[in-house]
Amino acid sequence: MTIKSILAGAAVALGLSTAAFAADVKVGFVYVGPTGDHGWTYRHDIGRQQVEEAFGNRVETTFVESVGEGADAERVFTQMALQGHDIIFGTSFGYMDSMENVAKKFPDVKFEHATGYKQGPNFANYGLRLYQARHVQGVIAGMMTKTNKICYVAAYPIPEVIREINTYYLGAKSTNPDVTIDIVWVYTWYNPQKEQDAAVALMQQGCDVIAQHTDSPAPLQAAEKEGRFGFGQASDQIKFAPKAQLTATIDNWGPYYIEKVGQVLDGTWTTGDYFGHMDDGSVEMAPFTNMPADVAAKAQEVKDAIRDGKYFAFTGPLNDNEGNQVLADGEVADRKHLDTMMYYVEGIDAKVPN
Amino acid sequence: MDLSSINPTLLLASLMVSATPILLAAIGEVVVERSGVLNLGVEGLMITGAVIGFAVAVNTSSPGIGFICAALAAALLSLSFAVLTQIFLSNQVATGLGLTLVGLGLSALIGKPYEGMKSPSLDKLDLPFLSDLPVLGPLLFSHDAIVYISVIIVIALAYTLKRTRVGLILRAVGENHHAAHALGYKVIQIRILAIMFGGACSGLGGAYLSLVRVPQWTEGMTAGAGWIALAIVVFGSWRPWRVLIGAYLFGGVTVLQLNLQAAGAAIPVEYLSMSPYLITIAVLVFISAKGNQGAPGSLGRAFHASS
Repeated sequence: MTIKSILAGAAVALGLSTAAFAADVKVGFVYVGPTGDHGWTYRHDIGRQQVEEAFGNRVETTFVESVGEGADAERVFTQMALQGHDIIFGTSFGYMDSMENVAKKFPDVKFEHATGYKQGPNFANYGLRLYQARHVQGVIAGMMTKTNKICYVAAYPIPEVIREINTYYLGAKSTNPDVTIDIVWVYTWYNPQKEQDAAVALMQQGCDVIAQHTDSPAPLQAAEKEGRFGFGQASDQIKFAPKAQLTATIDNWGPYYIEKVGQVLDGTWTTGDYFGHMDDGSVEMAPFTNMPADVAAKAQEVKDAIRDGKYFAFTGPLNDNEGNQVLADGEVADRKHLDTMMYYVEGIDAKVPN
Repeated sequence: MDLSSINPTLLLASLMVSATPILLAAIGEVVVERSGVLNLGVEGLMITGAVIGFAVAVNTSSPGIGFICAALAAALLSLSFAVLTQIFLSNQVATGLGLTLVGLGLSALIGKPYEGMKSPSLDKLDLPFLSDLPVLGPLLFSHDAIVYISVIIVIALAYTLKRTRVGLILRAVGENHHAAHALGYKVIQIRILAIMFGGACSGLGGAYLSLVRVPQWTEGMTAGAGWIALAIVVFGSWRPWRVLIGAYLFGGVTVLQLNLQAAGAAIPVEYLSMSPYLITIAVLVFISAKGNQGAPGSLGRAFHASS
């Protein structure tokens, strides 16, 4: 036997063995930021790891991080589909149209898009009612502010971000009628320097409780540095700001990812429109810290009411800040209303960028 | 709109802090490009400086040692670029882009154990009397040492390029490497040193990000600052003072537009967001409009003594 044939035999054996151990389902994740952002993408990646733990060798997961929205995303989705992924999760609002295009070209691959509003036969949409936790943040902010100026570092003017600004403000207003809110748009999901600069600018103008809808802990850390307060975004960021974090919204994507990958394994996957909430455990909050007991008690009370479905901020009568009634008395905002919300509620002294 | 809520002194002070990382990286790149080398790896060098500076500062609890190690590490990484482009004559554009990718990947790897940690902070200099002056105190005399070092580097470089023999040699190598070679200057050696100086400056800029601006390590935290620095070198037409103006202008308009947004200015947010880029380019183009402001003659061209 020549060395060549031994090698050839070994190669065949290796090929067979990998085939034998190949996973049943290949799962792809596309992230908008780095997995080490300690916020949004970090939590999605923990969900991915939970999928691996749940199914072991039956699944193989891959991910691509820091993928820009637009043409770049379309290329990555296409590549993943060509590489034989059975299901692909895209975790940013701005991926929606790219993903829809690619989904049409690969009808046998399942596509799942986070936080959008479009669907197709092999193109599902999933999101979390993070505005539930945001409202509790607002309630806390209203009670904690001494300057009556609270503020918000916001990423992009899209409904998901705007409805959280609104509910944050409504929450604050419910505990502090004199509160005003300043909003800065940074036009990026992840840029620690810019997020920090925005937070500093807001604090220089008197804001003492900062909320953020961007992915790094930088604004919270800026608050810590200045001795003010803030909220963790997407994950518990208390170690970045032990004295400043009041609480944090914790996105818990794992259960949904496990369920949908399980459906692909069983062959029962269907498209859908998932909207997770506090009651199913996909929206969690970090402990209420750095606040007096009465504030924590009020926050807990509101949180419980929201979780049990007894309270919903977007219930009429509700006016926008131009004086138009957007929800009639007793009317409850439906999913479509929430997904297309491009107005500020009454009392916010600003204009939505268009 | 309540513009009175913007405090000009605080605004100017935060402008200097905001612009320092870009300024450091850009001033280093001026030296590299004036020697005739185009290094597009600034982003990779910055992030390497950011992660090494952070890691060392955490382990030694000394930000000062962190800065020194960040400069050394980035200089070392830039040496790989120097060897590839100057000795093996690889394409500078491709190698520079590769350097950015290497830096981003390497820093993510090195930084994994440091995620979520806090760095020891660099104290602001407390200058007796001077720091207490009204307006000028917070504006000029209450920064950390690196802000002053960055300005000193600009002054020293402007002087060196214009008034010293070393500066003349560096410019000669960058303008026409064959002529410099014919005069007996060691083109390759000079360029390697320039590249390493540029690397060290980028490393300092990166460390300033992770140790002062945003005192944390998160992956990809430079978020394009290196590319802004490269652009400022071009728009500052390779002159140290103009680069300083460019960096402060960019930093300043960035901070100002965020302040205007926070104050609820009646200007659409989209225009405010693009303003740092537009204004910086417009002003630098305007001040470069007169005279010969071209790029160094040998910029981006490989040199070999035989050719």
